[in-house]
Amino acid sequence: MKRIYMDYAATTPVDTRVLAAMLPFFNDNFGNPSSLHAFGQEAKRAVEKARDTIAAYIGASPEEIVFTSGGTESDNCAIKGVAYAKKDKGNHIITSSIEHHAVLESCRFLEENGFEVTSVPVDADGLVDPSDVEKAITDRTTLISIMHGNNEIGTMQPVAEIGDIARRRGVVFHTDAVQSFGCPPIDIDGMNVDLLSASGHKIYGPKGVGILYIRKGTRIQPFMHGGGQERGRRASTHNVPGIVGMGKAVELAMADMDQETDRLISLRDRMIRGILENIDDSRLNGHPLRRLPNNVNVSIEYVEGESLLLSLDMEGIACSTGSACTSSNLEPSHVMMAIGLPHETAHGSLRFTLGRYTSEEDIEYVTGILPGIVKRLRAMSPLYKEDRI
Amino acid sequence: MQEYSEKVMEHFRNPRNVGEIKNPDGVGKVGNPVCGDIMELQIKVEDGVIVDARFKTFGCGAAIATSSMVTELIKGKTIDEASKISNHAVAEALGGLPPIKMHCSVLAEEALTKAIEDYRRRGEGRR
Ligand code: FES
Repeated sequence: MKRIYMDYAATTPVDTRVLAAMLPFFNDNFGNPSSLHAFGQEAKRAVEKARDTIAAYIGASPEEIVFTSGGTESDNCAIKGVAYAKKDKGNHIITSSIEHHAVLESCRFLEENGFEVTSVPVDADGLVDPSDVEKAITDRTTLISIMHGNNEIGTMQPVAEIGDIARRRGVVFHTDAVQSFGCPPIDIDGMNVDLLSASGHKIYGPKGVGILYIRKGTRIQPFMHGGGQERGRRASTHNVPGIVGMGKAVELAMADMDQETDRLISLRDRMIRGILENIDDSRLNGHPLRRLPNNVNVSIEYVEGESLLLSLDMEGIACSTGSACTSSNLEPSHVMMAIGLPHETAHGSLRFTLGRYTSEEDIEYVTGILPGIVKRLRAMSPLYKEDRI
Repeated sequence: MQEYSEKVMEHFRNPRNVGEIKNPDGVGKVGNPVCGDIMELQIKVEDGVIVDARFKTFGCGAAIATSSMVTELIKGKTIDEASKISNHAVAEALGGLPPIKMHCSVLAEEALTKAIEDYRRRGEGRR
């Protein structure tokens, strides 16, 4: 059976060129970068090369990049790290209602530990209004954390404007760029961010590695204490193969960034059109234009997402849903609720995320199969009345 | 994704008795308080025996499979026999359900209970 992977936002396969770059660092060049001998120094050079590549990609200097175990650690490290480093100045943090759980749960942890958190709302397209952020700032505010591209509905936030406000008001600004890192291009100065989280496995690199960009002069309280690696900001022996892999992945992404971005946008829009035109009572979730180049998120009325997902899986197509039935707490996705979708509409949400290996034929195939699946499930649905006008 | 048994997947792929009955003798419509799904079960009864059962379900794979299974289990049974069928029996007949999906089988049991209640109520009305 044909198998089509359309869940690149969950994870991506490691590019074979990335894998080839990593392999020597498991055995031949196995040294510990903290060792002074040749074995260690060889590994260290590889780590620093990766750091340089990543820094160049986002317009940072190398010492502003800290390697972590992934996006979740980067978010935790940024949010708790700044909150605790600045706790003498204030205890108020601003975030949004559609952040990734790594941010939301870090904020919740802080709330339980005496900090105050304001969560700004989003509009029906999932956009944060920068003036809401500005209004939420008090003289106790130390940190704003608003994501770049939303992992579920794809909406891209006006981070540059929010960052500008943060800077004027002397508040540190963090953005979770796990989904946007690698495509479209990222420029930390243009974005006015002080901290930025990214992950390796979303960009055809390995799992278990990520970065936190920390602008020079931004203090964080480290939470990994030990051997003083990463300038004391994150102790732990370097994950050399992972870091090398992430460096290579960024290098590859940079090589054809603009073309790939354009290609994905055109596939994305074709797919959105293909679904909305062929399935009545379907809608796009997230902003139509300000969205990640690879994100298609639709709601299909009268049917439930897990049933859709299972049916697609039976056809070899992999995607995801924000339906309550698939979440561990049996509640619809907080993002779907935040954009004001009724429960039933959130139930019928499907997310397809495209990537490097998605072709035009894949899009045709999926948009061709979906209407039949929807029809079958609607015939079973008590909410669907065929003789509706 | 939930780990569903072969049997669950089979019923999801080919659900039995989907649809509605013309002039049903009992109807049970329930909403799932846990995740918000909906099931509608209709029964046709002759001489105290369920001769036909149909369902419509808005819900996950487990909800569709349990709906389908419950219609299979009650067909040919007397009202009294059918009223004793528990959600555990339905889940068991499907080769088990993941723990987090047990509430979907509760939905099926409740729809059945309501359909039977409705049937009995109508009977009283006729008397
Ligand atoms: S119907 Fe929602 S989890 Fe089964």
